[in-house]
Amino acid sequence: MWRRCLLTGMLIWLAATPASAFVAYVSNEKGNTVTVIDTDSWTVTKTIKVGQRPRGIEFSRDGKFVMVAVGDDDTIQVIDTKTQEIVDTLPSGPDPELFTQDAAGKTMYVANENDNTVTVIDLKKRARLGDIQVGVEPEGMTVSPDGKILINTSETTNMAHFIDTTTRQIVANVLVDSRPRFAQFKHDGSELWVSSEIGGTVSIIDPVKHVVTGKVTFEIPGLRSEAIQPVGIGMTKDDKTAFVALGPANRVAVVDAATHKVLKYLLVGQRVWHMDFTPDEKYLMVTNGVSNDVSVIDVAAQKVIKTIQVGELPWGITIAQP
Amino acid sequence: MFRWLIGTIALSMVATGALAADPVEIHIGYLGNTGIKSTLSLVEQPADNDGIAGARLAIEDNNTTGKFLNQRFVLDEVKVKDSDDVAKVATDLAGRSDYIITDLPADALLKVADTLRDRGTVLLNAGAIDDRLREQDCRGNVIHVAPTRSMLADALGQYLVWKQWKRWLLVTGSHDQDKLYADALRRAATRFGAKIVQERTFEDTGGARRTDSGVTLIQRQMPVFTQQAPAYDVLVAADESEVFANYLPYRTWDPRPVAGSAGLVPTSWDAAHDQWGAVQIQNRFVKLNMRRMTALDMQAWTAARMIGEATSRTNSGDPKKVIAFLKGKDFSIAAFKGTRLTLRDWNLQLRQPILLADGRMVVSVSPQEGFLHQVSELDTLGVDRPETKCKLQ
Repeated sequence: MWRRCLLTGMLIWLAATPASAFVAYVSNEKGNTVTVIDTDSWTVTKTIKVGQRPRGIEFSRDGKFVMVAVGDDDTIQVIDTKTQEIVDTLPSGPDPELFTQDAAGKTMYVANENDNTVTVIDLKKRARLGDIQVGVEPEGMTVSPDGKILINTSETTNMAHFIDTTTRQIVANVLVDSRPRFAQFKHDGSELWVSSEIGGTVSIIDPVKHVVTGKVTFEIPGLRSEAIQPVGIGMTKDDKTAFVALGPANRVAVVDAATHKVLKYLLVGQRVWHMDFTPDEKYLMVTNGVSNDVSVIDVAAQKVIKTIQVGELPWGITIAQP
Repeated sequence: MFRWLIGTIALSMVATGALAADPVEIHIGYLGNTGIKSTLSLVEQPADNDGIAGARLAIEDNNTTGKFLNQRFVLDEVKVKDSDDVAKVATDLAGRSDYIITDLPADALLKVADTLRDRGTVLLNAGAIDDRLREQDCRGNVIHVAPTRSMLADALGQYLVWKQWKRWLLVTGSHDQDKLYADALRRAATRFGAKIVQERTFEDTGGARRTDSGVTLIQRQMPVFTQQAPAYDVLVAADESEVFANYLPYRTWDPRPVAGSAGLVPTSWDAAHDQWGAVQIQNRFVKLNMRRMTALDMQAWTAARMIGEATSRTNSGDPKKVIAFLKGKDFSIAAFKGTRLTLRDWNLQLRQPILLADGRMVVSVSPQEGFLHQVSELDTLGVDRPETKCKLQ
């Protein structure tokens, strides 16, 4: 009996072990910590104390560092992924929230909520190169797949600003619905998706013509429309399926990226914010701000398979090879 | 001096280069009262620019957006004294501005609305909370950004009931607006299942708000005034006139919390509110005005932002288009309350969550969980469509 138990246990353990394990870093906005999760065992392996109000979080392109924007300390902290300790800070502007990097990992662009600017940082020299004036309360940041255009969304101006990465000049402004929070390109560069938290939609923008060509709308039976507040967006590499976090609706929408229609809603934790895929794209992890946990979604099955407790008010997440 | 001059030339060159055509100028008027009410608490004494400061910030925000759309916003500020002919002042202002934010008492607002009726000017009421302006005295050219007394009372009522503090001792001041607030609180008690166990009136016998030997006397008066009350959970005070309510906390005969005009106060904004990105506007406001943001500031900010929102959505300075958009189905505005604010089409009242603040912290935000509505949970606050007496014209 005892032996059989052991055997069954081992079999389960063998079956559960994926080919490669990754590591996820979650920023906890209120806890002032970053939770490290092993995606093999789905357990928390470390909690790192960081500065005040950590939100935007991303691996460096070489995977050696994790950068986390600590807004109330007006800086971005750099965590060494080997030692899992803070080793440096970056000179962002006041109240950094979200940031993005170019493909080479040389330049970083930071949205500074407090002074209507985007700060450009040289990642190698860790020096500030300059600022770009944008709309009121800059937030969402992304770079086009060809690296030529930087997108910034401004929450009170309600625009997606198209910025030429060479000249650092705004080349176009596209009006979207209220409080745009996140921007995501299709990997083939054909569409830019921008989520509007208060407007309750995702705008699909033609990045060449600079016009809104369509909108993803959401409807959940039994839920008032004001509770549907799209924030984080994840797009599969084949550009076929998108996932949209719907905030206090406590759901992630699965969207057919070609037709822009919602296929289904996945119930996750409370106030879902942001998300990231594991590099093999088997899993998608989403942060649930109010329930203090992370939901794991099986991408192929489009099902929530696990919930992991993290720190206080989780916000951002980034996943890479350990 | 010389260096400064070069700087100016360089700056003007940049500005000319960026803008090919002259920007569309959009004038927003602000018509306020000069009279400042006296408050019991020194920290609550309004600044001279209370309200206007919020509108000024919104103009800055609108202009940041406007530079991408070639729109420029200008605020025309006018203050009236009680002795002024408000209709004349408003007519002059309407010659420059198609939209006027008002902070006026109900009667003056109605006078202005009727005077400007045929001009097509839209008034945005940022100051008056009177329900009658949205009910029997409603006007088709007045949009109400300020919440109503009944919305404020309902927001408080929902929380007190949620907290299971259902037995209220209602204390009302002797002035008209105190009685109106008491009416709204009684209505809230009936709607949400609270019971007013007793009512008392605090007579205003006159006298100064501040005296050198005041505290000793108040400390003796307030316990006596509140003694021998039937069993109650919370004292609810209706004292818009600022005569007694702020003297009640910690001085009631029975150890009970105070709410209404003191203690836990329902309000459209509080300097402590920091949720839903609010800390960003709080920071911008302090930077611009060197003081904290009040409810009236927020109401004026929202009013001026509504115009900015409508001009950017319509990409137009044409008041007909802008006003049609404001009153239309697609209008909504984000105002750091966690949800979009929309207009009630039957009386042009802005739907909005109401904060419950104690002067240091925001304790809660109404509508409370569980108060359901078939259209919008925000319509659980205030007079709803089936009960309205408003016929817009």
